[in-house]
Amino acid sequence: MANDSTYGQVIHLPKRKVSAPQDVNVLKMRPTLMDVLPIGSADPAATGFVLSLLPDATGPVLWVQDYLSQRENGHLFAPSLKAHGCDHPVLQVTVSHPRDVLWAMEEGAACAGLAAVIGEIHGGPSVLDFTATKRLAMRAETSGVPVYLIRSGDPGGLSAARMRWRVGALPSLSHPHDSRSPGQAQWDLELFRARGRPPGRWVARYDPAASTAADRLRLVSRAVDGAMDTGDQPISNTTGK
Amino acid sequence: MPVVLSRDGTHGPVVHSLNQTARDRGIRGGSRIVDVQAIHPDLHVEAADIEGDFILLHRLVHWSRRWCPWTVKDADDGLVLDVTGCAHLFGGEAALLRDICQRFAMQGLTARVAMAPTRGAAQALARYGPAQIICTSQDVAQVLSPLPVVSLRLDTQTARLLDRLGLKTIGALADVPRVALMRRFANMAADRNPLILLDRALGNTADPLNAPPDQICFMARSRLAEPVINPVPHVKGLVEDLCGMLAEAGLGARRLRFTIYRIDGEYRTVQFAIARASRDPVHILRLFDGKLDSIDPGFGFDLLTIEATDTEQVSLIQDGLDGKRDASADVAGLLDRLVARLGQGKVTWPIWVETHKPERMEGRVSTLHGGPSDPPTLIRERPIRILKPPEEVRVIYAVPEGPPSQFRWRRVVYQTVRHAGPERIAPEWWRDRPGTRLRDYYKVEVQGGRRFWLYREGLLHDGRGDAPRWFLHGFFV
Repeated sequence: MANDSTYGQVIHLPKRKVSAPQDVNVLKMRPTLMDVLPIGSADPAATGFVLSLLPDATGPVLWVQDYLSQRENGHLFAPSLKAHGCDHPVLQVTVSHPRDVLWAMEEGAACAGLAAVIGEIHGGPSVLDFTATKRLAMRAETSGVPVYLIRSGDPGGLSAARMRWRVGALPSLSHPHDSRSPGQAQWDLELFRARGRPPGRWVARYDPAASTAADRLRLVSRAVDGAMDTGDQPISNTTGK
Repeated sequence: MPVVLSRDGTHGPVVHSLNQTARDRGIRGGSRIVDVQAIHPDLHVEAADIEGDFILLHRLVHWSRRWCPWTVKDADDGLVLDVTGCAHLFGGEAALLRDICQRFAMQGLTARVAMAPTRGAAQALARYGPAQIICTSQDVAQVLSPLPVVSLRLDTQTARLLDRLGLKTIGALADVPRVALMRRFANMAADRNPLILLDRALGNTADPLNAPPDQICFMARSRLAEPVINPVPHVKGLVEDLCGMLAEAGLGARRLRFTIYRIDGEYRTVQFAIARASRDPVHILRLFDGKLDSIDPGFGFDLLTIEATDTEQVSLIQDGLDGKRDASADVAGLLDRLVARLGQGKVTWPIWVETHKPERMEGRVSTLHGGPSDPPTLIRERPIRILKPPEEVRVIYAVPEGPPSQFRWRRVVYQTVRHAGPERIAPEWWRDRPGTRLRDYYKVEVQGGRRFWLYREGLLHDGRGDAPRWFLHGFFV
């Protein structure tokens, strides 16, 4: 059956049931470095996603930005942080060069008194290389302070982050009282690289009523295509010869 | 030429102090400048620097400890030195007074000095007596008797009262029976009561000096045998010395100044501020990271100092029983390192302003001057990020007051699908410029799902400009 196509190669898909990616509970893992890549430009979905990941620990959050990302993505509007589950005082550091962002993040990642460190770097500069991210990841794992790096406008450089996410906005849920107005926000969440767990894609939304940080994110699996099994091989097309 | 210094009085400037020429002309301290100028048109008037005088006098108090260990400020223009047992070090009492006059003259200051067995007598003689008088305990009553009663430092009311009673000199006052004086001034406070002041001046009651303690200067220095270029290897020893000194005194440094003295006579300094008083050498050394690269050593330097310019009591914080360190100390140390490297304005906490204008709600305060505070409760939903300043967008909307149906921002066209609003935010008339237009905010969701916060500035015929413009102000998650 497989060889009769005259149009091209045929790939055998496995006969087993297509399994949805396991539900990841990202908060159950050890604190480490996470990369968050916004899909669109100036898309605050990444910010919302990071805020909903913040742990319940007390202590301030260190938020480091460079001027370029501040201009491209907008200033953080601190009064509305509370509505997104961030009760921590936010210590803001704004610097001009990404090198200083990385330095400040490293200092923060080594400081166990912080609840989390959030950094924003726009445009994937050359200082943000594999070594820099590896240093951040190791610092975070030693001290137990989660570090989130929002890389907007990034062409896709190497990273040693233990989890790499791509986040974009999705049409919101319908508003319960007004059909014409936008309702609760939904995000398209893609875990495209992770250590020790399979990648996956979800529709996520933030649940403000959740009591603990672990329940804040509601993840729903997207319908995905079947994945190729390791034994699956394309069958060479011999009929045409 | 008559010169007077003026200070602000209740009804305009008054004479604060004056030179000898002005005094000879009959000008008195406290009279109004305009009156004096009318009488003496050639009068030269300068503003008095009262605060500067105060600071100088305060420094002179400590400087004059070269003669004796107990010195204290006397009123606004005097010093009292308790030289008991010190005069022989300078060759006797007369030589000591000469030395004092000379040393002050070398600084450009004129000193009127007097020596007496009591503090009250000494200050009266210095101000009203003959120059450089030395009065012994036997003749103190005799020397004081011709001086006016004001020299006892009475307030003006009491002095006027005594003057009216005919008691013009100290001698006359001393001759009055004690019982009468005691009865007349029974209700008066000790520092104004003429009887008590007289007793103090004559040495009948004790009048001890309460001298402020010496300012301890926390400074570590290192002299080098030869000029060097690189300060880094010497810093560690200096910091450890300084921290040792601070630990002995039970203090911690809030501000530090590091100085190198170059061989060409110049010096260069680096200053630090510390969020929480510290004497931890490891922490202070980390503040030096990257700071010493910018210091210019010239042709080399041979002296380095580090000085704690501002110190505070520091209490040791014990680690918890579970082995955890105090988290707030960690954060304070982090703040110091960030501020030392990035600068004060870059590391900030938010402060809140009560206003409806979203861009004004949040201010920033440096971590050295403020702490974290709770944000206000928002009544309406607000975006997570805002643009400062708002960016103008081209919008297609139903004129005059319809919601936006399509807009163009940063060269991308967005089609609106859903919207909420408008929410009107009026200008704050007590703060905004006249002519500021109101804003109608819309939360719009575009195709693809992104949510923006747009506003239309003004209405079509509000009389404050032509067609309203649209701005993009923020993004919802």
